[in-house]
Amino acid sequence: MIVRRVKSLLVAAFSLFCLSVAAQHPGENGGAIDNEAGKGEAKETSKKFDANEVIFGHVLDAHQFHFLSYKDKEERVHHVGISLPVILYSPQRGFEAFSSANFHHGEARYKNYLLVTPEYKEYLIKNNVYTEEQAMKLQNESIIATDENGLPSSTVKVYDFSLTRNVVQMILALIVLVWIMLSVAKRYRRGQGVTSAPKGLQNALEIVITFVRDDVAKPNLGHKYRKYMPYLLTVFFFILINNIVGLIPGSANVTGNIAFTLVLGLISFLVILLSSNKHYWGHIFNPPVPGGVKPIMIPVEVLGIFTKPIALIVRLFANMIAGHIIIICLISLIFIFGNLSNGVGWGFSPVSIAFTVFIYFIEILVAFLQAYIFTNLTAVFIGQAFEGSHDDVNHHEDPVIV
Amino acid sequence: MSLLTTLLSTVPFANAGGAIGAGLAAIGAGLGIGQIGRGAVESIARQPEAVNDIRANMILTAALIEGVALFAVIAGILAMFV
Repeated sequence: MIVRRVKSLLVAAFSLFCLSVAAQHPGENGGAIDNEAGKGEAKETSKKFDANEVIFGHVLDAHQFHFLSYKDKEERVHHVGISLPVILYSPQRGFEAFSSANFHHGEARYKNYLLVTPEYKEYLIKNNVYTEEQAMKLQNESIIATDENGLPSSTVKVYDFSLTRNVVQMILALIVLVWIMLSVAKRYRRGQGVTSAPKGLQNALEIVITFVRDDVAKPNLGHKYRKYMPYLLTVFFFILINNIVGLIPGSANVTGNIAFTLVLGLISFLVILLSSNKHYWGHIFNPPVPGGVKPIMIPVEVLGIFTKPIALIVRLFANMIAGHIIIICLISLIFIFGNLSNGVGWGFSPVSIAFTVFIYFIEILVAFLQAYIFTNLTAVFIGQAFEGSHDDVNHHEDPVIV
Repeated sequence: MSLLTTLLSTVPFANAGGAIGAGLAAIGAGLGIGQIGRGAVESIARQPEAVNDIRANMILTAALIEGVALFAVIAGILAMFV
């Protein structure tokens, strides 16, 4: 008990230390753009609130965890956050690894790489280096190789293998998941919870695991459920932990990232394919429908193999990213109204905060629900893939009950 | 003719199309989930002991329909930015 308190205190102290180390970034007039007049101008005029930039800055991936920014008395911007390592590989320049703090949030160039920001894109357009369409193709927060003048290099290709915030949060969720599960499993192996009453975390986990076993796995997978339980439980808990951590302000939006859900959907697709049997493929290429309908049903069934995992992917992605965008939009409304006048901005804040708190509760429900739905539908599809033909399943004759 | 092309190029139709699509999807989701709610509440009225099962199924089905509505929202966002 005391050990646990000391541990949590240590974790809190360590995170505060990391934050303070990462915090000092006064905006520098640095070497990224050799156009100091332009930079000075951007600093003096206060930027209007750009909702688009804020929303996509929060929802997309980035090379640092960004918690807040503030302006000090000299109108310089300080960012508080944790800078993550940047790992780059270029066939022409070789392997590079450094902290993303060197980019100073896109204001500095480092070793002839730079971080694309909206200001850099405007600079390119203004100096006629790129047309608007070409500049639109550059993604914000991506790293490009530049020549000595800070202009995009056309000869050097760079591949970004950085530990971005999505990756770090995924690894964090992985550590939490493995730590919880292994420590609880160790307790069960020692006999606590098997020959005696479960204690502590075992209670909470038992409820969830028996829920997944009795309401998701057994009804859909029948007597073969034990083979698939590890995968179903992993998917459920991984999506759940990433959803919940993603709701904390300042964290990364992992499950609302189409690449993440794409890989999850692909793995589910593989599991479904690997558990399919001849009966399944027979139904797809020779569906039991009247002969006239068969030419229509066969393409539909073949497409159906792919649409089910795609629906899994897009459903999780769309739900999570929509929830995050709604929360950010509701908060941004304060600032959008604040653009009109200070008083309207302040007056609208209680309304906006009330809505945001309401949506936050719904998002917590959605976090659990989407994890459950992904797991449930995967179990349903796996069950459909290996169900036998309908004639040779044992029918038990129920006695007539009057 | 040039007036038409000028009009078509300056008015942000992609944004309007995306927003209208998302709004229509919201109508569809509202109607669908409303039907689920009606069915669920009627079933609870008929058999109050089954409340927990009915509630679980209602939430599950509502989430599946929201998934479809959010497909349309994603299509709307794609229309705006792609």
